[in-house]
Amino acid sequence: MSLFKSLIPATALIALPSLALAQDAAPGFDEIGPYIMTTLLFLVGGFLVFWMAAGFAMLEAGLVRSKNVTMQLTKNVALFSLAAVMYWLVGFNLMYPGDFNGYLAFNFVPTVLEPVGLAAADASLDYASVASDFFFQLMFVAATASIVSGALAERIKLWPFLIFVIVLTGFMYPITGSWQWGGGWLSELGFSDFAGSTVVHSVGGWAALAGAIVLGPRLGKYKDGRVNPMPGSNLALATLGTFILWLGWFGFNGGSQLAAGTVGDITDVGRIFANTNMAAASGALVALVLTQLLYKKVDLTMVLNGALAGLVSITAEPLAPSLFGSLLIGGIGGLIVVVAVPMLDKIKIDDVVGAIPVHLIAGIWGTIAVAFSGSATIGAQITGILAYGAFTFVVSLAFWLILKAVMGIRVSEEAEIQGLDTTELGMDAYDIVK
Amino acid sequence: MKLILATIKPFKLEEVREALTSIGVRGMMVTEIKGFGSQSGHTEIYRGAEYAVNFVPKIKLEIVVSADMAEQVVETIVKTAKTGKIGDGKIFVLDVASAVRVRTGETDADAI
Repeated sequence: MSLFKSLIPATALIALPSLALAQDAAPGFDEIGPYIMTTLLFLVGGFLVFWMAAGFAMLEAGLVRSKNVTMQLTKNVALFSLAAVMYWLVGFNLMYPGDFNGYLAFNFVPTVLEPVGLAAADASLDYASVASDFFFQLMFVAATASIVSGALAERIKLWPFLIFVIVLTGFMYPITGSWQWGGGWLSELGFSDFAGSTVVHSVGGWAALAGAIVLGPRLGKYKDGRVNPMPGSNLALATLGTFILWLGWFGFNGGSQLAAGTVGDITDVGRIFANTNMAAASGALVALVLTQLLYKKVDLTMVLNGALAGLVSITAEPLAPSLFGSLLIGGIGGLIVVVAVPMLDKIKIDDVVGAIPVHLIAGIWGTIAVAFSGSATIGAQITGILAYGAFTFVVSLAFWLILKAVMGIRVSEEAEIQGLDTTELGMDAYDIVK
Repeated sequence: MKLILATIKPFKLEEVREALTSIGVRGMMVTEIKGFGSQSGHTEIYRGAEYAVNFVPKIKLEIVVSADMAEQVVETIVKTAKTGKIGDGKIFVLDVASAVRVRTGETDADAI
């Protein structure tokens, strides 16, 4: 086996000299190989994370009532598209400014790609193509915005929501992102967040929490001291959405290795895939068992949330833990969901799809768990969590209040009862009878 | 002629249909309904919050037969739909004034 393998490069070498003569100045594969591999990692990772937009859309479509499905789908496709434009316009360069003061880069310029047919000599051979990097990173900001849409479903007006998405994806997320991934003050401090338990998921969760507080619960959700469940319209779609997110997460965490050009790097990517999968499975299993024990019946929606919470939990450090460590980290994510979903209901914060437990609370847990793997100090982790929380929550709260005062963010009572699909869009998702 | 109006547990429908056709019933109307009787409702849990299910799913059968057959139909339904547990359903028997078969215009006994 090993002899056969080593024969192939040997024959290839014999054929090489004539080729090398024709382009003697061009760098060899040893030099461009890592660049090509890392660029490929960003492209594959990027389209996997893109697919998470479908996951969020299906999860949310399944967990809202049938009268609000068209609206939820509309918000999902609109927020993704807005995020794509805003990240080009300002986001990417605001988040990755190169040298800056560590807090806020005044780098408000659109992204520019490499010229067509870039020569190897002009490429940043120690990294990857700008286009692939931009493409990969923009998928993350879209995920952040998706988190907000799920929590505020079934009662928020379309346009104020989209205005908030512009602010979140163009400015808030890139500014806080630069603190860590752009080489800002938190990365200097030793804060560690591999693929974004805090930078992506908690940020979305904080923005969603601020929105849910300003917006208020759905009509009739909390009445006479009781919680009135509003079961989702299609659990098959919610399950499909969860599996799509699970798949996309391999790109989310694996791509965040940001390098694939060495044996060490590509092996790490494999390690991240396996750990990510383990955390999701364990989050689902914990929710499965806990809902059976607590409620005498398994609650599928909680199992789906459990898998996602496991994924969010492992996102801050998917590389260092063992498979058993990943099982523990993801399992605690599943526990968080089962405890936090009814807890939010107790304080009358109506989060339709469980975005706040899954992305915010499990995100905080995952960020703290990094300290247990020894990749960062607990002090640095807590500083990071508080900094992201304070900035995103306060700025989001301010923007939601401004939007509420200026144009109103909530649909009329009548529209909410009849459903946003017919009143806001005039289009049903399930047009069965006609 | 009599109209037999019966509510039964949904999973018993196929068994009841077979039993009725075997005694010569040649047609019936079936509707999926929700309602409550002495079984009343029950509670379920969704995402950790308990809620009341006030209306229980049932199947409603409407069968029109000649007066002399009505008793046998009722007995058959009782025999096959019975589980002995609460919520097995109820049967009502009403008089039917007339019947017409749309295709042929036949009336009353000929129409059923």
